[in-house]
Amino acid sequence: MKYFNPRTVLLAAVCLLNLSAFAQKGETVKIAWIDPLTGLMAPVGSNGLKSFKFVAEEFNKSNVAGVKFEVIGMDNKLSPAESVNDVTASVDQGIHYVVQGNGSAVAGAIIESVNKNNERNPGKEVLFLNYAAVDPDFTNSKCSYWHFRFDADTSMKIEALTTFMKDQKDIKKVFLLNQDYSHGHQVAKYAKDNLAIKRPDIQIVGEDYHPLAKVRDFTPYIAKIKASGADSVITGNWGSDLALLIKAANEGGFTGKFYTYYVSTTGTPTAIGTSGEGKIFQVSNGHYNMGGKMQSMMAEYKKRSGDDLYIPAIAHIFNALTLAMSKAQSTNPVKVAAQLHGLHFDSVNGALEMRRLDHQLQQPLYITVWQKADKKSPYSPENTGMTLAVVKSFESYVSSTPTTCDMKTP
Amino acid sequence: MSALSRSRVWNAGGVWIVFAAVLLVMPQLFSSNFGLTILCQIGIVIVSCVSFHLLLGEGGMLSFGHAVYTGMGGYFAIHALNAWGKGEHYIPVSLLPLVGGLGSLCLAFFLGFVSTRQSGTTFAMITLGTSELIASMALMFSDFFGGEAGLTANRVTGHAVLGITFGPQIEVYYLIAVYCFVCVLLMYLFTKTPLGIMLNAVRDNPMRVGFIGYNTLRIRWFAFMISGFFAGVAGGLAALNFELVNSEVVGPVRSGAYILFTFLGGIKAFFGPIIGAVLLVLTNNVFSSLTKAWLLYLGLIFYISVMYLPGGLASVVVRHLEAVKTMARLQGIGGGAGGAAQTAFGKIVKSYLLLLLTLLPLMAGVSLIIEMLYQLQLGDSISSDFYFAGDAVDPQNPWVWILGLIFSGLCTLLFNRARLYTQQAWSDFDEIVKSHQSALEVLQEAWDGVQHKAEDEFVPEFVHESADKSTHQPTHQPTINGGQS
Amino acid sequence: MEFFVINVLNGLSFGLLLFMLSAGLTLIFSMMGVLNFAHASFYMLGAYFGYVVNHVLGFWLALLLAPLLCGLLGALFERWSLRRVYAGGHVPELLLTFGLSYLVLEGVQIVWGRSVVAFTLPESLKGPVVTLVSEPNHHLSVFGRWQDPALWQALCDSSRQSAEALSQCSPFPMNRLFIMLCALMMMALLWGVLNFTRLGLIIKAALTQPQMVEALGHDVPSVFMLVFGLGTALAGLAGVIGGSTFITEPAMAASVGSVTFVVVVVGGMGSLVGAFLASILIGMIQTFAVAIDTTLVKILLQLHIQLGDSWLHNPVLNLTLTQIAPILPYLLLVLVLIFKPNGLLGKKP
Repeated sequence: MKYFNPRTVLLAAVCLLNLSAFAQKGETVKIAWIDPLTGLMAPVGSNGLKSFKFVAEEFNKSNVAGVKFEVIGMDNKLSPAESVNDVTASVDQGIHYVVQGNGSAVAGAIIESVNKNNERNPGKEVLFLNYAAVDPDFTNSKCSYWHFRFDADTSMKIEALTTFMKDQKDIKKVFLLNQDYSHGHQVAKYAKDNLAIKRPDIQIVGEDYHPLAKVRDFTPYIAKIKASGADSVITGNWGSDLALLIKAANEGGFTGKFYTYYVSTTGTPTAIGTSGEGKIFQVSNGHYNMGGKMQSMMAEYKKRSGDDLYIPAIAHIFNALTLAMSKAQSTNPVKVAAQLHGLHFDSVNGALEMRRLDHQLQQPLYITVWQKADKKSPYSPENTGMTLAVVKSFESYVSSTPTTCDMKTP
Repeated sequence: MSALSRSRVWNAGGVWIVFAAVLLVMPQLFSSNFGLTILCQIGIVIVSCVSFHLLLGEGGMLSFGHAVYTGMGGYFAIHALNAWGKGEHYIPVSLLPLVGGLGSLCLAFFLGFVSTRQSGTTFAMITLGTSELIASMALMFSDFFGGEAGLTANRVTGHAVLGITFGPQIEVYYLIAVYCFVCVLLMYLFTKTPLGIMLNAVRDNPMRVGFIGYNTLRIRWFAFMISGFFAGVAGGLAALNFELVNSEVVGPVRSGAYILFTFLGGIKAFFGPIIGAVLLVLTNNVFSSLTKAWLLYLGLIFYISVMYLPGGLASVVVRHLEAVKTMARLQGIGGGAGGAAQTAFGKIVKSYLLLLLTLLPLMAGVSLIIEMLYQLQLGDSISSDFYFAGDAVDPQNPWVWILGLIFSGLCTLLFNRARLYTQQAWSDFDEIVKSHQSALEVLQEAWDGVQHKAEDEFVPEFVHESADKSTHQPTHQPTINGGQS
Repeated sequence: MEFFVINVLNGLSFGLLLFMLSAGLTLIFSMMGVLNFAHASFYMLGAYFGYVVNHVLGFWLALLLAPLLCGLLGALFERWSLRRVYAGGHVPELLLTFGLSYLVLEGVQIVWGRSVVAFTLPESLKGPVVTLVSEPNHHLSVFGRWQDPALWQALCDSSRQSAEALSQCSPFPMNRLFIMLCALMMMALLWGVLNFTRLGLIIKAALTQPQMVEALGHDVPSVFMLVFGLGTALAGLAGVIGGSTFITEPAMAASVGSVTFVVVVVGGMGSLVGAFLASILIGMIQTFAVAIDTTLVKILLQLHIQLGDSWLHNPVLNLTLTQIAPILPYLLLVLVLIFKPNGLLGKKP
């Protein structure tokens, strides 16, 4: 009878509960990183993988779920078919979390593959954590319960950008120059729609597209922009397309402003150099002088690798995952997904929400300008002596955009 | 190798049965999901590479745009699949690759007319231009091409015949295996038809073919169309397998891969591209995840094989098979010829062992240096741990470099010695064969007599005359026809 | 007016850069029948070598040394590798250079990393050489670099002008003029060497009658090596200029590779003058195609052709000329090869 002493039973129950409360503690969670390590976007991908491994190490030191992360890099060579292979390989290796960000075509293929896998192979579910593919479709027409986006999509970025441009009285004529594929077309479309509502007096004096990563000489485009009388250019260009455009603008005597997305991508600061000082603006979910945990991680990363950590979304992913895992008390993807669905969590740029409706993270955005590094904004990427200094920061609600997502929860 | 000795090597039917058996058995050996995907891809790429071989190996036409035909086949197929999914027409999903094939056939009809009017380098340049053109258009005309993201479809559509829905990967594999076998068989039989043999003639001596009265342009055009058809079938299979096509399937990178691996496999033997196809899929999926330096290794292997192995890996296989056959025949002649040949061949095998013994450490040393280079310059790990063959190595330590370089240098010297020894062993073997040449020729003619009877109806006389009597050296060197035709 | 002039100048400079690239390729092809697939790789090597020499010895020495290095590498490649595969015909030659392009790409990435390197022009080549100012009264003035900038600053500063009195200012960059001068000098040098020196005579003779030239006692294999080295040196020169003007990164070879082939084929395989004409033509077409804003629909409407609704909204017909500008060279290639199979100025083999 003394074994059923209520105090003992209570004590035993409390002990058991405590044990199960940390059922996931000490587990190793494998994350498959699927992005290019060779080819056109190799430097971006390489730096991205290094960043992921670094941040994983930081979170392994201590995190609220008590789990350990292991990041496994898979080179998809920027090919959607290859990425589908990699997802299959991950499932075979028992990996339940896949991250990707470079290339919306790849992201689309991964979403389809993950959907089909989770439907056809119960027990082997995979979650897709998207850190940089900004096609709005993934949280609208192609939304999926198993996909979570941690970067702001194009509609949100344009929303923030045009809110900033609304108050700039010197902007009268805008030229839209973009890469001729889905991303470029979307940037142009959202820019036109947003400006029409917020500043109907602004004239769109030109809308052009050029092929992706093929143009070396942008002088004809600059000549056209000048001839149109534009004082501002909105462009979603990245990589060499952005760098060469800025160079050509410098040479061609275009003195207007550039409103861009991707100045901070690996390689672009070096290519732009000191040209375009004070004239290039970027809208992004981070910048080089955020302070706090992000700043210390950036400093440490620079010291150890000589490269720049510029993707806050990586920190968002780990913050969200650890919180979700500790709430679900498990690393099982289905349970974690249920927690991520609508999760409120803190990360390097404030209090964030993974919106339940469409799995689009709601977060603050920043408008920054390319200028010389100074005391207020000292961090300089790629030893250029320049930095992106904050001109305006927007709360989450500013960039929040509606969704048409009709999510099917399992 | 002449067509006759080629058929001897293939030994009517036996090889095909083995091929079919291998296709059937493979999924049992590699039953994981990933393994199945690899097998499916191998099946698809085999059809692509063999269709490319029809152009390059059989016709001497180096096309830089083969991916256009495989890719467009995929696009036609996926449009059809989407249309069938909406219930607009009903045809079984298993016939989908044929849609791809027919689409590419039409494309090859038009583009081929333009391209095949030229020969040689100009032909190669036209194919390069059209490939770039279509690759660029793929991003521009997003209605048909689906833009950068491409098009997706669901292969589980329509009625399931005999319960086969093509949802599970294994069902797709068997479909691909059937198509692969049938297509390769058909293409092989094509090379035996009069058109196929005239294609070889056009490759070797287009002017002479013109003088005889055949229309070289038309022969090349037809071959181009047939190659395009099978390429389209491969594309359709790929569309079914991945349920996705996007602009990279018509891209120049893929065309380049076809050229590289078909050549590596061997363009002088029919089964060469099959080897090449296996290598292509394994390199892209397996080797590329083993090491970051895979492109460098691939480039080096390709470079060395162009210089020293123009017939590719297939020529190595063929040479050894021929040697074994000759040995068997020499046994038949008797008088110590067989014994001498056997000892010579034994010497060759011994030299191979030596070669391997020196090659393995050489490869280890060279790859250590290369991997360290890549780790230092292009490493993607934040920690400086570097593992080579399971042991931690510090690339910053200069002694590792010095020792590695010295080691590699020594191994290179040893390897060179082994290589010379191998060359010597082979020349000894060839000496023995040459010394019994006349006896062998008698034997060969007796054998030919039997073959001639069967093939006389099909093959014109002059092809017999030009067939080289030597049993070792391949006589057909694929050249891009330089002459105006 | 100034828009037209500046576009002509831009088109010319781009075309001449293309010519610098394709001259070497044409030379190699006409001399040896080898289509060097790795030509763009030597262009890239020239840029990277230029970057290194520029860092240590300055730009002008880089302009001299980098092409020499490329030429040396090309000659070595010919001597050790290409020579072995001559016997096999054109296919192995092409494939060997194809393999070389892979190796050079990986080699460059091992040595200099995967990302962009900061190779920029010297100060003396930065900025405009002339500034074209088109005033509202349609008067076109040209201001040189050597003149006092204040002369045109007032005209160009848009903040000090009213919308009606706006002048259009277009600087023509110094580096573009430099490209044009280099290309013309190179062409003159090449023409001079080929037509007025003994070496040129031997080279031209070895083109058509290599056996006879060898019988006469000239070292024909060395001549081939020299020619190949010369071709790759020209590519290296184009690389130094292109890399510093635009961007130096591992992807630069792939971006110019196919256009170079188009130029060589359209101009006529083996004809230097043809390559010159073709490169200018393609440079102009690409520049003006970007500049002119029109679609097929607009053209048809201007010709007063009635169009049905579906035609008016057809996405293909609504593609702007700017959008299809990049595929125009390939269209040109296909058209030229249909109607003039030997290129514009090619000789029948």
